[in-house]
Parts: sequence; C-alpha cells; structure tokens
Amino acid sequence: MMHRSSIRKLARELALLVSCAAAFGCKGGSDKEAAKPASSIAAATTPEATALKAAFAYVGPVGDAGWTFAHDSARKAAAAATAGKVSSSFVENVPEAADAERVIRDMAEQGNKLIFGTTFGYMEPMLKVAKDYPDVKFEHATGYKTAPNLRTYDSKTYEGAYMAGVVAGAMTKTKTIGVVASIPIPEVIRNINSFTLGAQRHAPDVKTKVVWVNKWFDPPKEAEAAQALLNQSADVLMQNTDSSAVLQTAEKAGKLGFGWDSDMSKFGPKAHLGSAIINWTPYYTKAMNDVLSGTWKPTQTWWGVKEGAIDLVSLADQVPAEVKTEIATLKAGLKDESFAVWKGPIVDQAGKEVLKAGEVAKPEFLLGLNFYVKGVEGKIPSGK
Amino acid sequence: MDAVFLLLGASIDAGTALALASLGLLLNERAGVLNLGAEGIMLVAAIAGFATAFHTGSDVVAFFAGALAGAALAAAFGVLVIWLHTNQYATGLALSLFGAGFSAFVGIDYTQVKLSERTPFTLPGLQDIPALGPALFRHHYLVYLAVALAAAVSWFLFRTRAGLVLRAIGESPESAHALGYPVRRIRLAAVATGGALSGLAGAFISVVYTPLWVEGMIAGKGWIALALTTFATWRPWRVLLGAYLFGGVTMLQLHLQGEGVALPIQLLTLLPYLATIVVLVLISRDQKWIVVNMPASLGKPFSPRT
Repeated sequence: MMHRSSIRKLARELALLVSCAAAFGCKGGSDKEAAKPASSIAAATTPEATALKAAFAYVGPVGDAGWTFAHDSARKAAAAATAGKVSSSFVENVPEAADAERVIRDMAEQGNKLIFGTTFGYMEPMLKVAKDYPDVKFEHATGYKTAPNLRTYDSKTYEGAYMAGVVAGAMTKTKTIGVVASIPIPEVIRNINSFTLGAQRHAPDVKTKVVWVNKWFDPPKEAEAAQALLNQSADVLMQNTDSSAVLQTAEKAGKLGFGWDSDMSKFGPKAHLGSAIINWTPYYTKAMNDVLSGTWKPTQTWWGVKEGAIDLVSLADQVPAEVKTEIATLKAGLKDESFAVWKGPIVDQAGKEVLKAGEVAKPEFLLGLNFYVKGVEGKIPSGK
Repeated sequence: MDAVFLLLGASIDAGTALALASLGLLLNERAGVLNLGAEGIMLVAAIAGFATAFHTGSDVVAFFAGALAGAALAAAFGVLVIWLHTNQYATGLALSLFGAGFSAFVGIDYTQVKLSERTPFTLPGLQDIPALGPALFRHHYLVYLAVALAAAVSWFLFRTRAGLVLRAIGESPESAHALGYPVRRIRLAAVATGGALSGLAGAFISVVYTPLWVEGMIAGKGWIALALTTFATWRPWRVLLGAYLFGGVTMLQLHLQGEGVALPIQLLTLLPYLATIVVLVLISRDQKWIVVNMPASLGKPFSPRT
C-alpha cells in the first residue's frame, strides 16, 4: 500500500512539475527528467506485472493443522504448478465480519487479479468488493451467491465423512460413535448424516451422538466436547471442527478418532484411524489457469473424490484389510459415479423416507439438508 | 449413574486451570493490584510450557517454565504500575494484547508439533473405587494441587502474619507504609506470585488439558479467572467453588447435548457464564460481604511520598 501510494504521489508531483515547466516554457530538460524516473518505475514493476497476482483470505491461522492449513498447502502447490506465472500471497485470521471487507478490498487495491476467500462468512463482503473491481476475479469457498466476476467453489466433504463412517462402524465396540460438530449449517449436518450412513454398513444399529461447540476453532472446547462424548460411551470420534484436539482427546483416553481436513495421523498415533482430507490443489490450479488463459467464467463448483478434491488417507494398521479394500472400492465407485453416498432408501429420525430406493439426491437436496437421518441421536439445535 | 460421576470428574478437570489462575489473581488483588493482563500471561505461559515440554519431554520442567514466564511478565507489569505509576487498567489490557500477539509469534513453529506420549493419570488403589474412582481419583496431580493451593492461600491470607500484612497493604497501603512495611516490594512479590500461578494455569492447558499449541488457545479463560475473583468476593474457597461450577456447567451443557437434549446452542454456550454469575451473586448478595472483602485500595497506585 505504502509503496503504491508513494509512487502515486511521486507521479503527481512529476505531473505538476511538467505542467509547471510547460507553462513557463522551459520544456526540454525537465521533460526528460520527468520521463526518466517514470519509466524506471515502470521497468521495476514489470516482472511483477507479467505474473498474475493471486491473494488468499483465511479465516484461521495457517498453523491450525486443519481447514486453513489445507487451503494454504494448496495455494503453494497450485502456484508452483503454474511455473512462476502466478505469485500468491495470503492474509490469515481474517474475521468473518467488517474486517473481511477491508482486507479483501486491500487485496484488490494492491493489484491482485484473483482473490480467494476461504470461509462462508466472506460472502457479503466479497459481493460488495467484487462490484467495485470488475476486472478482478473473485473466488468464494462454500458460498452460494455469485456475480459476473465472483464464483463459488466447495468440496464434497461428506464423501470423506462417509468413508470415515465406514471405518468407524467397523471399529466401534460400543456401537456408539460421536461427532464434535461446529455450527448447525447444512454442510455440517450433511457430514454428521454421511458419517452415520457410512457406519451403518458394518453396524446397522449404530448410534451417533452429537455435541455442538458453536465454533470452528476452539481447541480446549473441542477437547471438552470430545470428553463428554467419550463419557457417554462413544468409542470412535469424528469432528467437523478445525483443530486436532478431538483426535488428541481420543488418544489420551485410549479411544479412536479421525483427522479432518488435513492429515492428522501424527497427532494420535494410536487413536488415528484415517484422515478425511480436502485437497484444494486441483481447483486452485484450475482457477489460476482459467484466469491465465482468459477462460474464467462465474460457475459454481462442487468437487469430491472424483476430481481428487476429497480423500480418506493414512488408514491405520489396525483397520482390517477387508475394510481397506472396501474403502478403495468406494473411492473407485465415487470416481466412476457407479456409487453415490446419498442414494435411497434413506429415512430420517422419525422414520420418514426422504429418498426413495434407488433415488440419488440432487445437489439442491444436499445443499439445503436440515434433518438427521435415522441413527443420529438428539435434535438439531435451532440456531442460525 | 456412572455418567454423573464421569461428568463430575470432567468438571473438576475443566475448572482446574481457572482455579489456579484465579487464586493467583486473588493474591495480587488482595495486595491492591488489579492485573487485567491474565489472558496474555496465560497465553505466553502456555507456549513457554508447551515448547519446554516438547524440547525436554518433562511436564514438570514445563510447568516451571510456564510459571516462570508468567512471573516474569507479571513482574514487568508490576514494575510499570507500582514504580512508574502507569494506569493499572491500561497496562493490564496492553499486557493482554501483547501476550496474545507475542505468543502467536513465538509459537509459529510449534503449531504442527506433538508432545510425547501422554499417560493417563491415576491414583493406584483409589482409582478403581466404583463411582468415586472416576470422579475424584483419576486426575492429573495439578488438579489436586489446585485444591491444596486454595487451602494454602486461605491459610496464608487469614492465619498468618504475612497474609495479614498483604491484606493490610491491599486495604490501606498508607497505614502499612507508616508501620514500616515495604509496600511496593510486597506488592511486586504478590503480582509476581499471581503471574506464576496464572502461568502454571496456562501451561496446564497447553501441556495437560489440550496437549497442543494453537494461537489464542486460552480462549478467554484469563478473563473468566479475573471475573471469578470478584464474584467470589476475594475468598479462596469460593474461587475454587466458582471455578468448578463454571467447569461443571460447561461440561454439563456438552453432556446434555450428547444425551440429545435440544436447546439452542447459543443458550447452552452462555450457560456456564450465566450459572456462575448467578450462583456467586446469590451467595454474595449481602452487600456487606463485598464491602468487607473487596481490597479498599484495589487498582489505586501508591506512592510513599504522598
């Protein structure tokens, strides 16, 4: 910012000098002098100007080991894949509030031509800023509103949750599994349901207990919620929060858990069964290439296992071989679309059939999901 | 029934860090110094403790490191407010902000590391008693230390001469000064001790309670500890009770959710704060209690010349 504004100031002063010199008829020397610094400034910025500048706004710290960490790894990988055609930067810990608009506006002001916002709460700020910078492309993760220069992208995290559920169902002894959940939005509810549906493959009568912490990132609270679930006889835990605290609590108690968003195997060597990860690299690479080649369009992308955006990795040795094979088969099925997680018959808690046998859920159905499937205990807290 | 005792056990765990920090703050407030920097001190101590545990592999050394970091920060705060007469509120707030930023900065390299194997804590023989075992005898030793500390602070303040002097300084530093006590040095000692205990609480959180380091992981516990001293009318046992109560309601709301009780989560999240305030206000509703117990010179600077 400072750099830019000082350049502007300099340019303004030079312009003044030139006009002043012209007015007094002493054109020659001062014109040359005016031209010289201006061109050297242009030359200095040229190497940067040829590279596409991309900026990322993160909701958490890059060291959260989960959500933001996954985005930042992908940022580096994607920028590297473009072989120097893209230079990228990021701002972490940007709150989902008025500050977000300031930060995103700043990014546009600094000459970034491609701006990513990686949390739902940036939706309105990005819409606002996108309107003021029509030549900048905006990419918003997990949102649903678009504009001519603002598009959305998301990952089918529920596919990872389902595969984790399959492992959980095979490993639970108490037939009770637990989920530490963040905020009751369709995405999180979908993951709880998918985890339960997966577990039912091996344990049809499995019970899923859910504790909401109302935060994306609060490790001590996530640990307390995990402890509450363990106290209520859940022996395999999953979380839709952003830190490794739940897995570590399971490790401490000698129970089992999963990594979420990033590979967390090292945080619970004994407890860790697998990590449901999001790989944003394919999408970030595509987005950068779209802008570079001028083919960028305001689309809405929702990628999963098929596109390499979702995976269940680092399956533990204690997971039986046949379950590992099953996971591989599921992945293959998701890739060639012969298998879908949300395929009927699926009934809700009250026993009402929400998907008829053989019916595959449409994206609209999944995006607005606000009920628990049979097997999940409790009610969705009424909170918006 | 077992669930109730497990809940009790979890509540005691959850309240311990609050109790440790709050007892420390109680000591320096009894000497007349209000340290609003508790949150920052706990954060810096949390990373100091975590880094030490990571490099040495010893929790005990980590606790000392956390306490030392807390004491050092608090002592710096003490010098500023006691000798240089900076405003206690502003300096404390500055310390909180500094601690948050500083801990995040030095902790960058520790967000991805993991401590060595954690062993569960048990008291041989007692841990297997039905019901009481899981509730009372499977805690980390710092949990028991917090109880002992409440007893020690209570005994020190109300049964020893040194405690009397400390309280006198908190009530009327001028009188204590007239009697020849080194008011400022005693205040500094109280502040440093308070910082050490807050630091111990911070290290307990990052080394034992949630064995990991992430930026901002104290998540407001320092502020709650500060509030507890006031609601507990500066009485050690009430601080301990308040801390367990807060931990208890925190865990209760999570357990209720696990049991499938449907309440708005915003209300449940609010519950620990609400319950703690209500109970402590009720037990302290006698105005005289607050007037009698609140250190009269709390937050006021003292200069021997005036």
